[in-house]
Amino acid sequence: MTTDSIKWFWYSSPQTFFPLAGRIARVSAVLAILFGIAGLYTGLFVAPTDATQGEAYRIIYIHVPAAWMSMFLYVVMAFWAAIGLAFNTRLSFLMARALAPTGALFTFIALWTGSFWGKPTWGTWWVWDARLTSELILLFLYFGYMALQAAIDDRRRADRAGAVLAIVGVVNVPIIYYSVKWWNTLHQGASVSFSKAPSMAATMLTGMLLMALCFWAYSIAVALTRVRCEIAEAG
Amino acid sequence: MSEFFNMGGYGLYVWGSYGVTFALLALEVFMVMKRKRETKT
Repeated sequence: MTTDSIKWFWYSSPQTFFPLAGRIARVSAVLAILFGIAGLYTGLFVAPTDATQGEAYRIIYIHVPAAWMSMFLYVVMAFWAAIGLAFNTRLSFLMARALAPTGALFTFIALWTGSFWGKPTWGTWWVWDARLTSELILLFLYFGYMALQAAIDDRRRADRAGAVLAIVGVVNVPIIYYSVKWWNTLHQGASVSFSKAPSMAATMLTGMLLMALCFWAYSIAVALTRVRCEIAEAG
Repeated sequence: MSEFFNMGGYGLYVWGSYGVTFALLALEVFMVMKRKRETKT
């Protein structure tokens, strides 16, 4: 083994990761508050009223970042689950476990705020549209993962079974992302794209990105605090 | 000020979204901090 790989595995030990996780969580919590204040100020006070949707569009500042986090956190959770299965590292499974409730929370928020946005703009709280349905399946995948973890008493078996479910479920993430392209959906297409110029006002985009950074920092803070509890409880 | 809370007639939808989002985030923070205290980390 080379010295590089020893350094790489150094933080895969729960005991060495424990204090580092605490420091990152504290910094992330402060960043989440700062980005949140800046994002809410930009979104609710600076950004102009939308030409077609009026003030109802302001739900975008939590809806889109929450939807991004719901998909991103699932991929991160499945990544740690896969690392855990491949290398049998305990910390990876603990990370996957710690991420699931926050991912489920953001999925629920995306669905809830989407519903509150759909009612005034589409005239309905819910439709069985491909985007909405696949996002609902994501919520059930998170619940399934957590239920499976809770149902199996043997921790190692629970982690492995949960990891398999998380990895298989990752197929749903590109389905959610591309659903608005593949099918005719009531849900609109992507608001932000890497390939074309932004279709919204600069202040709207800034507000949305600040809220995305806020949710990102929030997720890191909460998940790392939770993983510290997991480490302490696992002993 | 009441104009701000009215949100052009969309107050229920905008604040219904923001209110539930922040209530849930606050609840999660509360639950994680409670667990943190109980495990004495």
